Amino acid sequence: MFRYTKATALREALTWVAAFIFLLPFYFLVATALKSDQEVFASDPIAPPTNPDLSSFVAVLGQQGQSNVLLGLLNSVILTGGSILCMVLLGSLTGYVIVRSTRRWSRGAYMLFLIAIVLPTQLGTVPLYIGARTLGLTGSIWGMIILYTGMLLPFAVFLYAGFFRGLGTEYEEAATIDGASRAQIFFRVVLPLMAPATGTVAILAGLIVWNDFFSALIFLGGSENQTLPVAMYYYVGSLVSQWNQIFAIVIVSMIPILLLYLVAQKRFIQGFAGGIKG
Amino acid sequence: MTVTTQGRRASEGGRAQRPQNTGGRSSSPRARPSRARPLVGYGRWWWALPGLLLVLGIQYTATSVGGFFAFTNWSGIGSFEWIGLENFREIFQDPEKVRALGNTLLLAFGSVLLTNVFGLMLALALNRGLRTRYALRVVFFMPVVLSPLAVSYVWKFIFDFNGPLNQLLAAGGLQELQRPWLADPNLAIWAVLGVIVWQQTGIAMVIYLAGLAAVPVEIEEAAAIDGASHWQRFLAVTVPSIRPAIAIATTLGLVNGLRIFDQIMALTAGGPAGATENLATEVYKEAFSLGRFGYGAALALLLTVLILVCAMLQQYATRDRSKES
Repeated sequence: MFRYTKATALREALTWVAAFIFLLPFYFLVATALKSDQEVFASDPIAPPTNPDLSSFVAVLGQQGQSNVLLGLLNSVILTGGSILCMVLLGSLTGYVIVRSTRRWSRGAYMLFLIAIVLPTQLGTVPLYIGARTLGLTGSIWGMIILYTGMLLPFAVFLYAGFFRGLGTEYEEAATIDGASRAQIFFRVVLPLMAPATGTVAILAGLIVWNDFFSALIFLGGSENQTLPVAMYYYVGSLVSQWNQIFAIVIVSMIPILLLYLVAQKRFIQGFAGGIKG
Repeated sequence: MTVTTQGRRASEGGRAQRPQNTGGRSSSPRARPSRARPLVGYGRWWWALPGLLLVLGIQYTATSVGGFFAFTNWSGIGSFEWIGLENFREIFQDPEKVRALGNTLLLAFGSVLLTNVFGLMLALALNRGLRTRYALRVVFFMPVVLSPLAVSYVWKFIFDFNGPLNQLLAAGGLQELQRPWLADPNLAIWAVLGVIVWQQTGIAMVIYLAGLAAVPVEIEEAAAIDGASHWQRFLAVTVPSIRPAIAIATTLGLVNGLRIFDQIMALTAGGPAGATENLATEVYKEAFSLGRFGYGAALALLLTVLILVCAMLQQYATRDRSKES
C-alpha cells in the first residue's frame, strides 16, 4: 500500500516547494542582517547583500543600558535555568504525592492544578504586580523565578502525574524492602526513572519562560535584570527602519534556542505531540 | 481493601505506554508481602505542600483579588471605591473595546481553524511514504520554538510597504495587489492572523502526526480493497481515529489564540488607530500604561471568563464525541 510511486515523488516535491516558501522569512532575516546601513536603505529588500558585513551585529552586541543584549542573554539563561529547576523539583514532588495518595484530598488537589492550567495570567497579573511592588520584588530575578514556577507548575504537575500513573509500584516496593527511606526512594529510584517526563517538562516549560514577553515586560521592564525579549523590544523601539540592526538582534535572540532545537528536535516535537496529552 | 488497591495499581502499570515500566528491574515482582501498602514508602503528603501553596497564592489568590478589583475604580495607588458593574458598562459602551473583543475572537477562532486545516494537511502529506519526512517535519515545526516577538519583527519587515511582499508582488506583475499591509485598518488584523498561523501550524502538525500514527492500517487497507476512495477513507477511517488529536489541537489553539499579545505588540502595537487591539493588549494598556487598574482588571476578567467558557465548551464537545463513537 505504501510503495514509493510517482505520485509519492510528486507529493514529496510539492511539500518541499511549500517548505521553501515557508522558510522565505528566514532568508530575508539573514540577508537583511548582513547588509550595511547604507545598503539597507538603498537596496531591494529581496536582493542578497552585495558586501555581506557584520557591522550590524557589532552595533547590536555593543549596546549598553536598557537594550544591553548580552546582559539580557545572561538574565534569560539564569531565569530559564532557575525556573526549570524549581518546576522539576516541585512539580515532580507534587505530582508524585498526588498520584500515589489514595486519600480524597489528592483528587481535589489534582483538579485544582488542572483548572489552573487554563486560567489565564492576565487577571492575576495586576494584583501580583502590586504585591511584588510592595515586597520590592519587581525587577528581581528571584521573584521572577518564583512567579514563573507558580504560573507553570500546574502544567508540570499535570505532566508528571500522567507519567507517574504509568509507573508501577514495584520499584518503590523493592526499594522499601532494601531499606531505603522515602526521600531516598523518591530521589534515587523514582525520579531517575522519570527522566523522559523531566525532559518534557524542562523543554516545554523552559521554552515558555525563555520566550515569555508579557510577564517579563511588566515585572522586569526597565530594570537591569531584563530578559532578552524585553531588551530586544526596547532596542527595536529605539530604531526606525534600521532593519539590519533589528534583524541582527533578532538573530542573536534566535541562535541559542535554534541550536538547542536542532540538537534535540526529536524531544521538542515529542514533547509537543505527546507531552500535552500527558 | 489493600488487595484491591494493589490490583488497580498493577493494572494501571500494565496499561502504561512508557517503555521503562515493562523492563521491571525489581527482584521479585510477585513476592509482595500482603500488607505492603502502608509500609511502602510513597512519599509524605506534605511534599505536595510547597507546590500547592505556590499555585494557590500565585494563581488562585491573585486571580480572585484581580476579580475583586474589576468592580472598583482603583488606580493602583491610594484609595478606591466599589463601583459595581460600572467598568463593564464602560467596556461595552466603548466601540474600541467592543472591537478589541471582536478581534480577540477573530484571532482565536481564525487561528484555530487555519492552523488545524494546514496542520492536518501537512501531517497527511508527511505521514507515510515521504523519504525526507523527518527533515520536513523539523522545518515546519521550527517557528514554534522561536519567540513570537522575534518572529513578528521579521514579518513586520515583510509586510512593510517597501518590503519583500510588495516587491515580490511587483516582480510577479501584480502591482495592483500591493498594499500597506500593517497600516491599513481593514487588513492589519489579517496580517497579524497570518503571522500567528505561520508560527503555530507546526504545533497542530505534530499533534496530528502523532494521531495519524495510531490510525489502524488494516482498516484503511480493507476500505481500499472494498473500493473506498481516498476521500471516503479519510472521512470514514482517518477522522474517527484522530478525534483525540483534533480535540487536543483545537483546545490548545483556542486557549492560546484568545491570549495573543506579543505578536500584536511587535507588529502593530494595536494600531492603526486601534484596529488590531485585542483584550490582552487593552489590559496591558489600561492597567499598566494608563494606570487604570480597576478598569484593566475588568477587561482581564472578561478575557478570563471567555477563556474558561471556551475551554469548558471544548471539553463538553470532545466528551460528547467520544461517547458517540
